[in-house]
Amino acid sequence: MSQRHLQDDLDKLKRALVQMGETAQHAVSMAVEALREGNRAKAYQVIDEDGKLDALELEIEEMAVGLLALQQPMARDLRFITTTMKIANDLERVGDHAVNVAETVHYILEGPRFPTLPEIDEMARSATEMLSQSLDAFLRGDVVLAREVLRRDDRVDEIHGNNFRILLTHIMEDPRRIGVGMDLLLVSGNLERIADLATNISEDTVYLVEGRSIKHNAGRGRPSTERPAAS
Amino acid sequence: MADAIITPEGPIELEARDLSVLYGETRALKHVHLQIPDRQVVAFIGPSGCGKSTLLRCFNRMNDLIPGVKVEGEALFQGRNLYAPGVDAVDVRRRIGMVFQKPNPFPKSIRDNIVFGPRINGFQGDLDELVEHSLRQAALWDEVKDRLDSSALALSGGQQQRLCIARALAVEPEVLLMDEPASALDPIATQKIEDLIYQLRAEYTIVIVTHNMQQAARVSDYTAFLYMGEVIEYGPTNGLFTNPRVERTEAYITGRFG
Repeated sequence: MSQRHLQDDLDKLKRALVQMGETAQHAVSMAVEALREGNRAKAYQVIDEDGKLDALELEIEEMAVGLLALQQPMARDLRFITTTMKIANDLERVGDHAVNVAETVHYILEGPRFPTLPEIDEMARSATEMLSQSLDAFLRGDVVLAREVLRRDDRVDEIHGNNFRILLTHIMEDPRRIGVGMDLLLVSGNLERIADLATNISEDTVYLVEGRSIKHNAGRGRPSTERPAAS
Repeated sequence: MADAIITPEGPIELEARDLSVLYGETRALKHVHLQIPDRQVVAFIGPSGCGKSTLLRCFNRMNDLIPGVKVEGEALFQGRNLYAPGVDAVDVRRRIGMVFQKPNPFPKSIRDNIVFGPRINGFQGDLDELVEHSLRQAALWDEVKDRLDSSALALSGGQQQRLCIARALAVEPEVLLMDEPASALDPIATQKIEDLIYQLRAEYTIVIVTHNMQQAARVSDYTAFLYMGEVIEYGPTNGLFTNPRVERTEAYITGRFG
């Protein structure tokens, strides 16, 4: 087997994923900035640039399938290629959630003024950092860092649950805020999903390094985030 | 390292117990322990000279035929040591058949190739039925049924190899040892041999030596990686190829060896 060829192709795949990771992180940061600053131009830029991520996902898929077909990789090489495909898919979804956040900016600016929610800021910061950490962990094969991301996800889920309650209270106090309140809840949901996708990337990193899956681990106790009790 | 060599589940058909083989002063196999489960396909992989063919040949005493060879330890078949005094090597080879790298049909008709072994063993049944059954088992019947009396040497390489498998099956063995059975064949003939292995696993225990790792991955239930006369890792094929326990196995199967 032409070993150098395989290694060259694996390096190329890795570089494409690095590029995709940077693009996705940029999209999330920009969407969060657009939201915080009320900046329409930045929001539109996020929406316009999403095609880059879609194209990169296709490129990575094509490279990975080609490698599987032509090189019949084994062991860690095989795990690297399959996880890269999954992560590319996760990053594409991250891009979609960034677009969702960016799209909301417009409606929030149109609506009545709404008190700033520090919780949304904290979520945005956490989600962005988790994404960056999960990608670093994958590229370095750092399972300690990957597990750190898994731990942080619980906190993000908790904030999302709190946001539901806080926003519901605002809406009940003033029905004119229903629209914006709903938009902010969607933002919170999208940020929570970005954190979840960073979690997926970290789980895949553990699989890449240790060769065993830690997904769907009931023992990790992720609270339900879909519809927390609005006590 | 201990968990790198598993104990398979279910009844054990073949077992190497502290098995060593010496060719003169050279120790080709070093204190090997390995269990091969009944009616499963086990592949031996490893670089040239690692001892995989030597280990395979121990299981039907083929090494007896090599001058200067010395076998220490035990090779058990259904719990009995094949090297115990009084064990008839010819009987062992009837019950544990073998297929070699190069097809080696007798320079006789297709039919005679099949009936040769059973006749020597005093087969009393219907020979025509036996010929058809064996050739069908080897997925060759449809291709040769109209020319059973023509020379086996007129067949293609892939057909010759399947004839050798049919010949091995005709004496009703319980185990089939295969030493690189497809390495001299083209991809289509290889595919047929692999399909055949897949079908035969229901009735026979199959041990296959192969240089082709993808082949080992495709056909076997368990894989043993050998290096310098030792079993480095042995376990379910899926696990060994996706997540090997030992670094040397990883290096070998990813092509980063040495």
